Amino acid sequence: MSRRHRNAILTDRIMTVALYAVAGFFLLLLAAFTLYILGKGAAEFDASILAFNTEGIGNQFFNTVYLVFLALLISVPIGVAAGIYMAEYAKENKFTGFLRTCIETLSSLPSIVVGLFGYLVFVVAVHGKWNLMAGALAVSILSLPLITTTTEDALRAIPKNWKEGSFGLGATHRQTILRVMLPGCVPRIITGVILAAGRGFGEAAALLYTAGMSTDINWSRWWKLTSPVCPLNPFRPGETLALQIWASRTEAVAPNAAQVADMSAAVLILMVFVFSVGARMIGHRLDRKMTGSRD
Amino acid sequence: MKKKETAWRILVMACGLFLILLTLSIGAFLCYRGLGTFTHYGHSVWEFLFSADWKPADDFQGGGQVGAAIFIVGSLSTCFLALLIATPFSLAAAIFMAAISPRLSEKLLQPAVEIFVGIPSVVYGWVGLTVLVPFIQRLFHLPYGYSVLSGAIVLAVMIFPTITSVSADSIRNVPKQYREAAYGLGSTRWQVIRRVLLPAARPGVLTGIILGLSRAFGEALAVAMVIGKRLAFPDGILSPTNNLTSAIASDMGGAAEGGEFNTALWTMALLLLLISFAFILVVRKITSKGVREK
Repeated sequence: MSRRHRNAILTDRIMTVALYAVAGFFLLLLAAFTLYILGKGAAEFDASILAFNTEGIGNQFFNTVYLVFLALLISVPIGVAAGIYMAEYAKENKFTGFLRTCIETLSSLPSIVVGLFGYLVFVVAVHGKWNLMAGALAVSILSLPLITTTTEDALRAIPKNWKEGSFGLGATHRQTILRVMLPGCVPRIITGVILAAGRGFGEAAALLYTAGMSTDINWSRWWKLTSPVCPLNPFRPGETLALQIWASRTEAVAPNAAQVADMSAAVLILMVFVFSVGARMIGHRLDRKMTGSRD
Repeated sequence: MKKKETAWRILVMACGLFLILLTLSIGAFLCYRGLGTFTHYGHSVWEFLFSADWKPADDFQGGGQVGAAIFIVGSLSTCFLALLIATPFSLAAAIFMAAISPRLSEKLLQPAVEIFVGIPSVVYGWVGLTVLVPFIQRLFHLPYGYSVLSGAIVLAVMIFPTITSVSADSIRNVPKQYREAAYGLGSTRWQVIRRVLLPAARPGVLTGIILGLSRAFGEALAVAMVIGKRLAFPDGILSPTNNLTSAIASDMGGAAEGGEFNTALWTMALLLLLISFAFILVVRKITSKGVREK
């Protein structure tokens, strides 16, 4: 065996070990990171901190879920329709190229920029105050490009013979899209929506100046939609969990601010886990059900 | 029937148009507010980009100084340091996923990367603030742990999933024949990776790095929590400074709407928009070149 040959084999071994080490390092880092946050949350756990009042983080939790729900209500229909347009109707020309550039620009916009835009348009321009709806609109701007591209990719991945079969039976283009192609895309679109929701839960920079940094909810009269303390009123300020972590760093007035932030971080991490595992499972199960494939 | 088709077509097209309208109006609003520094308050672009005198007046008369060089240098130094830290690790992880053990990666590393992406940036910032900052303070015997290095490490953790997944995809997409031919000539696995896979996947790897950089530039709160917010150029990687996004995030709420201070912050946001747009153009150039080469 020549020396060069031996060196090559030695380098190969060393690099293999190094690459395994890096991969292991990342897994360890993630494990340490999540265990630290969850552990801290568990160690400081105290039932009062989960309460739905000014002491606990219950209200913030509700605001987070409600805000993301509102955001998806806006962005899913528009995003799916735009995705259908991109996949089925848009011709390959300059206009479509420009639309694609716009989508890419939207998806890479810094979220603080979206937050400022939302502040100007949804708060200042309507002479309003910080409110949940403005926050939801800002988050929907962030999730629109993701939902659009997911829908487009999903539609493009549908086998061509589905479409041809449907046309052959005399269906129109609209009927083909709505009855044949979209149902086949549902698993992938849902996965995309879950990912978008996950991003929305953790969003803070876009909400700083839109959703506001305070929350005041009166649960006893939740049905009075117009009341500014009604939980379901979307036009009230609504601090989310992520915003609360930020607030406890900058304007910590409450004595237990650090504890509250630890707890919020733990809850957010748990939600991330539930959502990413959920996206995988739902995607997998629906995939089998909707496309009839067995694997 | 025909009517329904047309209505439907118009509906989906309108949604597509809406995305264009949204992008253009974001750009237009930012220009409208951000250009005020130059048009209304009469500062030069040169002053904004290269002067370090940051004393904008918080009123409507103006007359302050709006040199944002400290913030720009702060953003650049944290981002490039983050890239320097993250790129080797991310590339190694990408190579591992695509070429060493795809099976192990699919079960463990891929989900881990996805979870890393999903963790909210404030949580990274919070852990950076409560763990990393004190750690750096003790390690280097500093008065404070807030520093460019802390910001860069937090950013590095945040951008590594982007670089890893984009690079891994492009390594996977290298045609199989390349790999087989190299093995057939008697290469070791590392030689195949080093001499065949990485060169062939270069456009994709570069795209991943630029996407990571663009994410780092736009990240606001996580960096703001650990950078220290000191209005001075950093003396080194262990010294605190400030950056564009932190300045916007922390000062926008207190500045009078439409005043010089407020307008200068909008100009910073406009700069961020332009930077992220520039990154997109660079990525397009790289990918279109890669396609042509194939």
